Amino acid sequence: MRSTGDLELVHVSKRYDDAVAVNNISHVFSEGSYVCLLGPSGCGKSTTLRIIAGHESLSDGSVVLDGHDISGLPPARRGTAMMFQNYALFPHLSVRDNVAFSLRMKGVDKAERHRAADEMLELVQMTQFAARLPAQLSGGQQQRVALARALVTKPRVLLLDEPLSALDPFLRIRVRAELRRLQRDLGITFIHVTHGQDEALALADELVVMNNAVIEQAGPAREVWNAPRTEFVARFMGGHNVLTLDSGKVAVRADQVRLGDDGLSATVTAVEYQGATVALTSVTDAGEDVLALVPEAAFFQSPRSPGDAVRLAWDTGRQHRLSA
Amino acid sequence: MTRSVIGWVQAAPLALVLAGFLVAPIVMIVIVSFWGATEFSIYPAFQFDNYAFLFGSEVVWRVIGATFKYAAITWALTLVIGFTVAYYLAFHIRSQTVQIALFLVCTIPFWTSNIIRMISWIPFLGRNGIANSALIDWGVIDAPLEWLLYSDFSVILAFVHLYTLFMVVPIFNTMMRIDRSLIEAARDGGASGLQILRHVIIPLTKPGIMIGTIFVVTLVMGDFVTVRFMSGSQRANVGRLISNDIGLLQYPSAAATAVVLLATVLIVIGILLRFVNIRKEL
Repeated sequence: MRSTGDLELVHVSKRYDDAVAVNNISHVFSEGSYVCLLGPSGCGKSTTLRIIAGHESLSDGSVVLDGHDISGLPPARRGTAMMFQNYALFPHLSVRDNVAFSLRMKGVDKAERHRAADEMLELVQMTQFAARLPAQLSGGQQQRVALARALVTKPRVLLLDEPLSALDPFLRIRVRAELRRLQRDLGITFIHVTHGQDEALALADELVVMNNAVIEQAGPAREVWNAPRTEFVARFMGGHNVLTLDSGKVAVRADQVRLGDDGLSATVTAVEYQGATVALTSVTDAGEDVLALVPEAAFFQSPRSPGDAVRLAWDTGRQHRLSA
Repeated sequence: MTRSVIGWVQAAPLALVLAGFLVAPIVMIVIVSFWGATEFSIYPAFQFDNYAFLFGSEVVWRVIGATFKYAAITWALTLVIGFTVAYYLAFHIRSQTVQIALFLVCTIPFWTSNIIRMISWIPFLGRNGIANSALIDWGVIDAPLEWLLYSDFSVILAFVHLYTLFMVVPIFNTMMRIDRSLIEAARDGGASGLQILRHVIIPLTKPGIMIGTIFVVTLVMGDFVTVRFMSGSQRANVGRLISNDIGLLQYPSAAATAVVLLATVLIVIGILLRFVNIRKEL
């Protein structure tokens, strides 16, 4: 169901002199959803985000928010706000002044803009750091300030450019839970660019997987994970094996591969104990690598070692044909 | 050898060079500034006659005033021009090759000596010079402009010509260090071009402006050649007082003036450093 607050990309392209960064993308980001733009570096996901933000002009097509074409508007009048990858906090301004910056540009008086900034700082639990300079904060704290600065404009769409990439892995997991909670509380659309598929799966209502300047597949996270449409998506999302059968290329989830007495014959190349499961890598007679995640108990009933011959089987209902 | 001894040994060469070539001459100047002099002799003493004369003379005060005037006007002009040039180079030229090329173009005047660059203004500005003849030909003026040469105008023009690059380089250097995403962030927050300049670029460029200011102010306050050539010896600044005294072999008086000038410049720099912390720039 389409609602009025949707953000829509209509045949959007971005060409540079000798390269195409975004090639004729059309997509609807539904209002109030958490969307992750996922893809390897150079796939055009950041450019797409910057086109939505208005920091990159588009060569063709339009960006529609709330029924209005916003592609010609300056960044601040689009109803979007951007959180930059390295946060881009103004080093000469205090945390409070950083958050209040956009209000100051609008000419809001000091008392009023400081009140609004303090409100945002409370939302991200940074109230006690309001007087500090960005250089006096940790990475996680800077990230929150950047978030508060983006949200102070009351955007309808928040654009996050790899917001977690500068954080250490432990913090990353905590911050992404906070992002998700914040999005739910505010009820606005978050568009989050990332190259980490675990991050995307954990956060997204909707996943948009990009490669080579086009959208490979878009849909709810479970759908993309369970039914990758192309070989690229299957490989990029991980946890899938891509096999060439007589009927064409198929994807089979690694945790659906069983070791049995009949099926595809293969030779074990590596065995890795991972706790709950054992990761068994084998190579088929056709020379394709197959990863099988076997439950620990099942594996140790009949353990295998590298060099052993095995037979790989799975329910045919669990294999997905790939279109490309 | 203990660590502290090694430390002293490592610091010694520079310390010796500075002691021999910086501290000793200054100490000597300070000592000589208290000596006495007659028309034909100089004698060691400890008296304040030189300073009393300096501060008691109305001419000297006027010359100090002129020195500050030259410094202030030159500073203002070089700042405006230098900032504009640096801003253009740093933010409007996208390709790094062009940036470096234009930057080198800025340094072309430095391929010749100060004096030659200064003197080359004379045929241009003189009564029958290029500027006056052109203006007369175009019908802008009827008689040659007298103030073009041998005036405050020509002195300041030469100063600006000579020293603007000293403003461009440090400002350009600080501007290049400004993270470009800050400008995008400002635009995202709704800042107009002028607001970005005022609220983001100028505050972040302050250390560069300050370093350029120190260069220009010290160079102009210590100068005497430019003032002499470009004013046709009709204007004076403190540097010329010193050079005149030396010409007359009045070393004690010259030394006292030099001490006063040195103190003044140091005070000016001290005040400037109160405003901006340039340490993170160095």
